[in-house]
Amino acid sequence: MAIAAFAPTTAGAPQGETKRGGRTALFLLIPCIAYLALFFLAPLISLVLTSFQAPRLYGDIGQYDYAFRWENYADVIGEYWPQILRSFGCALAATVIALIISYPLAYFIGVTMRRYSLAQSLLLVLVVAPFFISFLLRTLAWKQILSNESPIVHALQAVSLLGPGEYFIGSPAAVIFGLVYNFVPFMTLPLYASLERLDSRLLEAGSDLYANAFTTFRTVTLPLSIPGIVSGTLLTFIPAAGDYINASRDFLGSPDTSMLGNAVEANFLVLQNFPAAAALSIILMGAILILVAVYVRRSGTDELV
Amino acid sequence: MSGEGQAGVAIADAIAAPQKPASRRQRPRGGTWVLGVFSAIVLIYLLIPIVYTIVFSFNDYRRTNIVWRGFTLDNWLGVCNAQGVCQAFANSILIAVVSTVVATAIGTAAAIALARYRFRAKSAVTLLIFLPMATPEVVLGAGLAAQFLTAGVQKGIATIILAHVMFCVSFVIVTVRARVASLDPAMEEAGRDLYGSPAQVFFRITLPLLAPGIAAAALLSFALSFDDFIITSFNSGPVSTFPKFIYTAAARGIPAEANVIASAIFLLALAAVLITQIGAAVRRKRVSTR
Repeated sequence: MAIAAFAPTTAGAPQGETKRGGRTALFLLIPCIAYLALFFLAPLISLVLTSFQAPRLYGDIGQYDYAFRWENYADVIGEYWPQILRSFGCALAATVIALIISYPLAYFIGVTMRRYSLAQSLLLVLVVAPFFISFLLRTLAWKQILSNESPIVHALQAVSLLGPGEYFIGSPAAVIFGLVYNFVPFMTLPLYASLERLDSRLLEAGSDLYANAFTTFRTVTLPLSIPGIVSGTLLTFIPAAGDYINASRDFLGSPDTSMLGNAVEANFLVLQNFPAAAALSIILMGAILILVAVYVRRSGTDELV
Repeated sequence: MSGEGQAGVAIADAIAAPQKPASRRQRPRGGTWVLGVFSAIVLIYLLIPIVYTIVFSFNDYRRTNIVWRGFTLDNWLGVCNAQGVCQAFANSILIAVVSTVVATAIGTAAAIALARYRFRAKSAVTLLIFLPMATPEVVLGAGLAAQFLTAGVQKGIATIILAHVMFCVSFVIVTVRARVASLDPAMEEAGRDLYGSPAQVFFRITLPLLAPGIAAAALLSFALSFDDFIITSFNSGPVSTFPKFIYTAAARGIPAEANVIASAIFLLALAAVLITQIGAAVRRKRVSTR
């Protein structure tokens, strides 16, 4: 299964001894495995079961019985296909933009600043600094900075990037902007981790062999950083596809930008249509697994990641 | 090394100072300046909303904290004046502390097993541990909520903690596992050669050596738990947490007191990390000049 690409392979990792020891290992692992079986695997199974439930005959809102009502899936796809497409479209756009923004930053910190160990650490602290402050407040800060009355929006209107009556907040572009903002650190860290290990002698060899900077980058740096690119894009794409904060009406979106996550939230927490919410979640999870499988296979990093 | 693992380790490195060998000199290149300026712009982009949040914690706001109306310390001096914010904050701290302790304990044990032992079904176990990190939060949240619903469990603080431990465990394992793997086995052998019992070797050699990794994992899981909104919102019932408070308040306007709490935590965390980093740099310098 391609998701195994997330799992570490033994190559390179354990320098310490690896002992055979079924009993000790089992003793150490049991709490963790039991916990994940109970609170991760079992919920996934109950999600699948819920997604086939049918409304109880003469029951209240929110009352369902176990059944095999596969039409639930057809119903939610028919009703929510724009949200489904929008989720994957926005997540894809955000992932590509975040990669373009993060790569130079990761390269600067991981390769250019190598000589200055303290500066490197401090720059890394700046990259993770957003983790220390509520992401909801940060997203709301953008909403206010880019609000309809803000000078930035007026400037965009003045240069005709926005029409006279058009605003930024509530547009798909704002949702993508917010997703990019939220996930740049998640993209930068794995890129940094793989660029930081890049042997600078290889770059020197490139220039010694009369390759210009671009050729060296294309033939040496980029291929060696593929593992970082794969994990960074997965760390961005997966949560972005399921995100519903940025697209929410109270944050950067509008009713026209709602994504799959918004539909799950509304069906589960507001409408109490649990089967619909479960079916949408399964669709999201399934689509992500398929996309990730294809992506990891095509990037040829089965062993690398 | 795993993809998620790389990110986990980089986060851990950024939180607890990394131990890196000194690297060779490299000739400066033509594009360096462009790269530096571009990186500065990206970092400013990352920091703008943080600065905004801190600045507006000092705003003399009336009903909504959107327009700047002048500087005041009132919000900082009377944080709990805004209704519900301190209760939400206290809940979040309680949840984060309990989840972190549980997740770090079971995660560290599992990390040691994965890094040190070979056993059958290892790849299946590894897959089980990494799958939660590859699952969107909304699926994790809805799944647990569906399970609690079927089991008839009343949602509250306990269900939030159960959920948080679940998604923190994988991150703890990734972070600690890297530390175990980089441990020099000669240290423990020396302990055994000196007739240390297995317990003595573990508590007096292995555990102290793992401490920085465990501390980084605990910090990471505290941060993840404290800032989690999506999974919490599916499993919290009527209980308020700090992110939930902000989400609910977003529709009618966030009180500046919420900015105060977020800013205070941010500044504390930043100070702690900077002290660790600079301390490590000073120690490195001393070692290299000795």
